[in-house]
Amino acid sequence: MRYLFTLIFAFWPLVTGAQDWEDQRFFPGGDEARTLRILSSTDTSFFAPIIERFQLEYPAWSVQYLVTTTSEIDQVFRAAPDAYDIVISSAMDLQLKLVNDGFALELVGMDHPDWAQWRQRLFAFTSEPATIVVNSAAFQGKPIPRTRQEMINALRQQPDLFRGKIGTYDVRQSGLGYLFATQDARASETYWRLMEVMGSLDARLYCCSGQMIDDVASGRLLVAYNVLGSYAAVRRKEDTRFEIILPSDFPTTMMRTGFVSRKTLHPVAAENFIRQMIRIQGAGQDSPISPLPPLGPSPEETNPSVISLEPALLTYLDQLKRRTFIKEWMSAVIQ
Amino acid sequence: MAEVSHESVNVAGSLRFRLTLTLIGGAAALAILLFVVVRGYATQIAQQGQDSILKASVTSILDAAILRDGVVEVDFPYAALLMLSTDSDDRVFYAIYQDETLLSGYGALPRATTGASGGAAHRTARFDDATIRMATASRTLVGADTRTVITVAVAQTQDAMQVTLARISRNVGLYGLVFFLLSVLLSFWATTTTIRPLQRLTDSITRRGPKDLSPVASPVPVEMASLVASLNRFMARLDTSLRQSEDFIAEAAHRVRTPLATVRSHAEATLQRVDRDENRQALRSMIRAIDESSRAAGQLLDHAMITFRADHLERSEVDLVDLLRDLVLRFAPVAEMKDIELDIDGDARVVVAGDSILLQNGIRNLLDNALKYSPVESRIAIRVTSAPAPTIEIRDQGPGFPKNNMDALIARFSRGDNAKGIIGSGLGLTIANDVALVHGGKLTLSNHPGGGACVIFSL
Repeated sequence: MRYLFTLIFAFWPLVTGAQDWEDQRFFPGGDEARTLRILSSTDTSFFAPIIERFQLEYPAWSVQYLVTTTSEIDQVFRAAPDAYDIVISSAMDLQLKLVNDGFALELVGMDHPDWAQWRQRLFAFTSEPATIVVNSAAFQGKPIPRTRQEMINALRQQPDLFRGKIGTYDVRQSGLGYLFATQDARASETYWRLMEVMGSLDARLYCCSGQMIDDVASGRLLVAYNVLGSYAAVRRKEDTRFEIILPSDFPTTMMRTGFVSRKTLHPVAAENFIRQMIRIQGAGQDSPISPLPPLGPSPEETNPSVISLEPALLTYLDQLKRRTFIKEWMSAVIQ
Repeated sequence: MAEVSHESVNVAGSLRFRLTLTLIGGAAALAILLFVVVRGYATQIAQQGQDSILKASVTSILDAAILRDGVVEVDFPYAALLMLSTDSDDRVFYAIYQDETLLSGYGALPRATTGASGGAAHRTARFDDATIRMATASRTLVGADTRTVITVAVAQTQDAMQVTLARISRNVGLYGLVFFLLSVLLSFWATTTTIRPLQRLTDSITRRGPKDLSPVASPVPVEMASLVASLNRFMARLDTSLRQSEDFIAEAAHRVRTPLATVRSHAEATLQRVDRDENRQALRSMIRAIDESSRAAGQLLDHAMITFRADHLERSEVDLVDLLRDLVLRFAPVAEMKDIELDIDGDARVVVAGDSILLQNGIRNLLDNALKYSPVESRIAIRVTSAPAPTIEIRDQGPGFPKNNMDALIARFSRGDNAKGIIGSGLGLTIANDVALVHGGKLTLSNHPGGGACVIFSL
């Protein structure tokens, strides 16, 4: 039996269509036949503690953790919704569209605040702001800009210093980058001016926050815009070569969300996993279990820039809207 | 008293019950009607609310459509879908078409023919296992050398609507129930109020004295006027015919008594003259029969007189002891013939306010009865007391009243049974009873444990 399972596991990528995963890890449990398949955009190191905690309570269950980009998740999952039990992603708009299109299973009786869930199917479990990460050495002895406007001024004052050394998400590739960009654009015209300045300084484009942080730390980049604050904060604990700026004008904040596939083979276990996950990440509590930030307090009270879970998130996913936005964005950034 | 009267009435149904049932039934029907109408109306309003939001959403998307260099751009505002957020997180679908070709959105969304003159068309449909409400509208874009029609459809599931409708149904149901309960209370009150004049009439007739046949004088509602008028006419006829028959009986008794006296005197005279034993025997029987008849005629006269005087009672101070002494003196010859001793004891004076002729008549009939049923050489004890109520107790040593017939004897006091024409001791008791009743007293019959009948005449 064990041999057979190992064999199946070895050929797993073939079975699932030889998908190119960014990362994948198998967390073995007591019973090999019972495996939860989680499709996620969250780095394994961030999510592993939640899985391990789940297995502590349900030791029989194994977990297959598959990591890819947010836009890949959307495509892969739509192609085979029965191949995955749980979908975790930071792209709230794509997640909401999947739920709106009927891909999620309703979990009845979840005790979760109304603003952090949608249709009892999509559940938010983190609050993560988009931040600006700057190289510490570059800003030595200079005031560190606190808002987008101050950042624009800083870039304009020393264009030669920053040319080719600023970076942001390539919104054409990254679902999360696109979400941050569209919400920034919705919040303020400053976003477009910042993009124009960055475009004029030959901004470099990235797929992921991790690489941007790496490059800022190493000095290849001096400024990275819209970096996922949670990733940066974890790295900052060991690496002091960069500073994290939470823009005080409007800190766009994303909530990481998860749902259970309607075609899951293990609805009970998947529901238990989601329950466990939102309990660990419960609103307002300081969570020592996972490096992911917990769900923040109700956004109406503290931060109005938290992206809310509502059908309006479908707006920028519209083909025509997306085409127009990308065109505008490219004309600003790629000059 | 009302219950007693039911026994002889053919009762079918109850006005109160029927009225209450009709009112409650009507209230229930109205409450259900209220529920259906209000719920229907609320549903319509709620649907109109959703429709107008959908229409606003469609309009704002349509409004954003422009032709730029022959290419359609629809940079619709965030608010277009934001306005469709509901408490129940309803799913949202939309589709944008250019001349029947899908530009973007959900291509599988059912198509709807747009309303004439650019107005939004609304329809309810099924989409992806859910009931959706959708709005569709079109707009023509005119470019440099092209014309193109943009059609936008926006749809939303109806979860929030269902929640709203459930809440409305619950509230309206509650209102209907309260309305119904209030109506039930109201119908009980209305029924009682409506029935009350009938109840009052019943009470006033029930409370009447046995011989009161005067018309109903208290005011009655117009619906009861003809009934009461008929009742009054009927009672007037009854009164007249009663008086006539009583007059007739009195007249007849009077006319019979005078010739009887003549016959009796002739028979007595004849008795002196005949010698043969059998003839004398026959004449004696004849005289006894005549006596019996004249006594009955006298009682009938007494009774008629009582009936007449009862309506016009002439009260004066009467000493019952005096009255009894008089009567005993009058009955002395008869008593001596049978060797019966008549004793009076008790209080020395018992004065009552009453009609002396009636009282004398009534008590005479009682003494007459006692003498009639007493054996030879016996005693009749008469006891007169004033406390607690003026009472005359007459006890004889005769056979007493028939035990199993005592009730029938008392029942015979009633006028109805009396009218059957049973003449005899029964009429004597009836007279005594009537006298007691018109004076507000009563007649009680019993048998003494030591033997003999005991009659208590109390006022």
